[in-house]
Amino acid sequence: MVDGVNVEVTPLPGIGVRKDFALRNGRRIGVISHRDGKLELILSKADDPDACLAEIALTYDEAGALANLLGAPQLVAQLAEEHKDLPGIRTKQLPITDNSPFDGRPLGDTAMRTRTGVSLVAVMRAGQVHPSPGPEFNLTAGDLLVAVGTRDGLARAAEILTRG
Amino acid sequence: MSHTALELIELGGVFFALGLLGRLAQRVGMSPIPLYLLGGLAFGSGGLVSLEGIADFSAIASEVGVVLLLLLLGLEYSASELVSGLKRSWSAGLLDVVLNAAPGAIVALVLGWGPVGATVLGGVTYISSSGIVAKVLTDLGRLGNRETPVVLSILVFEDLVMALYLPILTAILAGVSFLGGLSAVGISLLVISVVLLVALRWGRYVSALVDSPDREVFLLKVLGLALLVAGFASALQVSAAVGAFLLGIAISGSTAHNATRLLEPLRDLFAAIFFVAFGLNTNPASIPPVLGWALVLALATTLTKLATGWFAARQQGIGRMGRARAGAALVARGEFSIVIAGLAVASGAVDSELAALATAYVLLMAVAGPTVARVVEPVVRWRPFARRARETAETSS
Repeated sequence: MVDGVNVEVTPLPGIGVRKDFALRNGRRIGVISHRDGKLELILSKADDPDACLAEIALTYDEAGALANLLGAPQLVAQLAEEHKDLPGIRTKQLPITDNSPFDGRPLGDTAMRTRTGVSLVAVMRAGQVHPSPGPEFNLTAGDLLVAVGTRDGLARAAEILTRG
Repeated sequence: MSHTALELIELGGVFFALGLLGRLAQRVGMSPIPLYLLGGLAFGSGGLVSLEGIADFSAIASEVGVVLLLLLLGLEYSASELVSGLKRSWSAGLLDVVLNAAPGAIVALVLGWGPVGATVLGGVTYISSSGIVAKVLTDLGRLGNRETPVVLSILVFEDLVMALYLPILTAILAGVSFLGGLSAVGISLLVISVVLLVALRWGRYVSALVDSPDREVFLLKVLGLALLVAGFASALQVSAAVGAFLLGIAISGSTAHNATRLLEPLRDLFAAIFFVAFGLNTNPASIPPVLGWALVLALATTLTKLATGWFAARQQGIGRMGRARAGAALVARGEFSIVIAGLAVASGAVDSELAALATAYVLLMAVAGPTVARVVEPVVRWRPFARRARETAETSS
C-alpha cells in the first residue's frame, strides 16, 4: 500500500464488504463490493462524515477505466521524475481507444521502437500496472500505454496508435 | 364449472392481483407486504370476495412460504458473520430485545391475553424486517454510511434471537409447562451452538451435500432438504421455521449465494401466498376495534427502535445524524412479525383479536418504517434540533 493510506475493511453482513479510507481533508472515499460482484464507489459528505454524498454503481470496465485514470498520472509523474536529468526525454500516457487499429492485437505489431524510437515501459489495465510489456502482450481498448521518448517521437506514437 | 377450473381461476386471479399490487408498491417505493395483507383482507372471510376453492393449496403453500422465508434469512448471513455480529452488538442487541418486546408484551397483558399472548405480541413488536431495512438502506444510498454496519449487526443479532425465540414460542403455544419451556430454551440453545459450530468448521460438507452445477438438481436438493429438515423439526415439536433457518446458516460460501439467487423467486411467490393467507384468515371487521391499540404500539415501538439505533450507533462513535438514521432504519416491521403472529393464530392458543392487532400493526409499521427512514434527516435538521446539533458539531470539531 501507498504510504499514509490505511484502507479500512468493514464487513456488511448480508450485503458485502466496505473498503474505504480517510482523505487528508477528512472525507472518506472507498468502494462497496457486493457479494454478487457489484461495485459501488462511495464518497462521504463534507458536513456529515458518517453519511455518503453518493453511491455510484460501476461496472468492471468502468471501475478499471477509473482506476487507470487515477493510477496512470502517478506512474507518469514518477517516471518523469526519474528522467528529469535527461533533457529532451518525456513520459506520456497514450490510450488505446475503441477504434484503434491495435485493439486486440499484440504490442509487437505497433513496431513502435523501430518507427518512432519511443519505448513503451508499462501498460495500465483495470488499475493494474503491467511493467515492461513484451511484443506478444495483447492490447485491448481501454489500455493506457506509458511511453517514454522525445517530443516528436511521442507525437508520432500517438498518431500510430490511433490511425495505424 | 369443475373444481379444478375454479381453483385455477381463483389462484390465477390472486397471483395477478398480487402482481398489480406489487407494481403499485414499487411505484410508490414501499414494501409490497402491507398490500399483500390488504389483498388477503379484501378477499378473505368477511371480505369482498370469498375464496374457498384454494384454501387447501394456500394452507400448505403458506407453510412452505414460512420455511422459505426463514431458509433465506439463514442463507443471508454466514456463521462467521453471525458470531462476529453477536460479539459486536450484544449490548445494543439486548437493549433492542428489552425496549421493543416490552410494548407488545405490556399491551397484550393489558388486553387480557395472558403470558402466551404477551410472548407472541412481544415477538411481533420486537423484530425488524430485515428485508425492508436492507431495501431502504439500498434505495436511500446509505450502504456506505458509517452507521450501516451497526444497523446490519443489530439485524444479525435479531436473527439469532429468532432462532432462540421460535422454538420457545412453539413450545409455549403447544401448551407446555414452564419447565417444558425452559427445556425448549435449553434444547434450542444447544442446537444453535451445534449448528454454528458445524457451519464454522464443516460448513463446506453441508454445502457439498446440496451443491450441484446443474440448476435444476440444485434447486430440488436445496428445497427438498429444507422441507425435510423443517418437517422433522416440526415433528420433534421444535419449530419448522427454525429448522429451515438453521439449515440456511449451515449452508455457506458460494453455495449459499447460489441458493439465494435460485430460491428468491420461489420465496417471493410462497411468501406472498403466506401473507395473503394470513390476511384471508383475518376478518376485516375485527380490525377497527384494535386500531387504536395498533396506533399506540406503532408510536411506542417507533420511538423504542429509534432509541435502540441511537444507542447502538453512539457506542460506535457515530455522530447525531448518523445515530438518528440508524434508529430510523430499524423501525420497519414486516414479514417476521407476521410469521410469529401466523404461528400463534395457527395454534389456536391465542385470542383471534391478536391476529387483527398484528395485521394492523404490521400494516402501519411496514409503511411507517421506510417513511421514518426517509424523513429522519430533514426532521433532525429542523430548527429546534438543528441548533443543538450544530453546537455539538462545533464542540466536537
